[in-house]
Amino acid sequence: MFKTEYHFEVKKRDWLLVVRLFGEIDHHGAVTLREDLDRLILKERPRRLVLDLSLIEFMDSAGLGLLMGRYRLMQDIGGVMVLSRPNQRIMKILRLSGMERFMEIEGVGAKGEQEDEAR
Amino acid sequence: MKQDKRFKNEINRMSLQMPAISVNEGMARAAVAAFCAQLSPDATELADIKCAVSEAVTNCIVHAYKNRKGKFYITVSLFADRTVQIAVQDKGCGIPNVKAAMEPLYTTDAAGERSGMGFTVMENFMDRLHVTSRQGKGTLVLLSKRLGRSTEEE
Repeated sequence: MFKTEYHFEVKKRDWLLVVRLFGEIDHHGAVTLREDLDRLILKERPRRLVLDLSLIEFMDSAGLGLLMGRYRLMQDIGGVMVLSRPNQRIMKILRLSGMERFMEIEGVGAKGEQEDEAR
Repeated sequence: MKQDKRFKNEINRMSLQMPAISVNEGMARAAVAAFCAQLSPDATELADIKCAVSEAVTNCIVHAYKNRKGKFYITVSLFADRTVQIAVQDKGCGIPNVKAAMEPLYTTDAAGERSGMGFTVMENFMDRLHVTSRQGKGTLVLLSKRLGRSTEEE
């Protein structure tokens, strides 16, 4: 069965939750990804959620909806969401949507393979 | 597909027909990208095309057929001047007001976490976007892009 593969890995420290996403984010994958992320967020209730996008190979406007939804959820529980290491492709669509103007974004274009020791 | 004067310079063509199920979003964009590779697009151009196709196909599944049974049809034409023309067609419900639907952030499905950016992405990532729709009959989305004109920094 062909399937939009996604999975993520999670790192947690105190009130910080880092979620590194893999693969492609489209409408097909967004439904389950959304449910899984929300379950995780509501369980951990972080103050700072970092979504590491460095290993995302494809994202269309379904991804924008997904990011916007999690941004709102983090606001609702009194935290902030940060987008980490989006590539130029993702930046292009974030810019188009206007979301890069109000979302916190760090490390644009940085490679996913490098382990960032800060965390 | 509407014929224009470049039609005689068409060098290759592919037609695809797939059930309107979401798993085919990835298949459709990958197939179109693989076919377009003959014109040696750069990475940015290829990514733009994939994204535009993904948006058009998602519209067929989510809006035209509202997740019910149906098919979408894709025809990709490659021209000698390195133009890619992609037609994405469905026989779904049609769009009552195409102009409104093409506005950024417009969505008929606020509960579904739609961004309302589908047509905006297609318009910005391709050179041309043309949408024709008839209610109850379906929608035709025509996308075209001429390769080798990329002015981006990537």
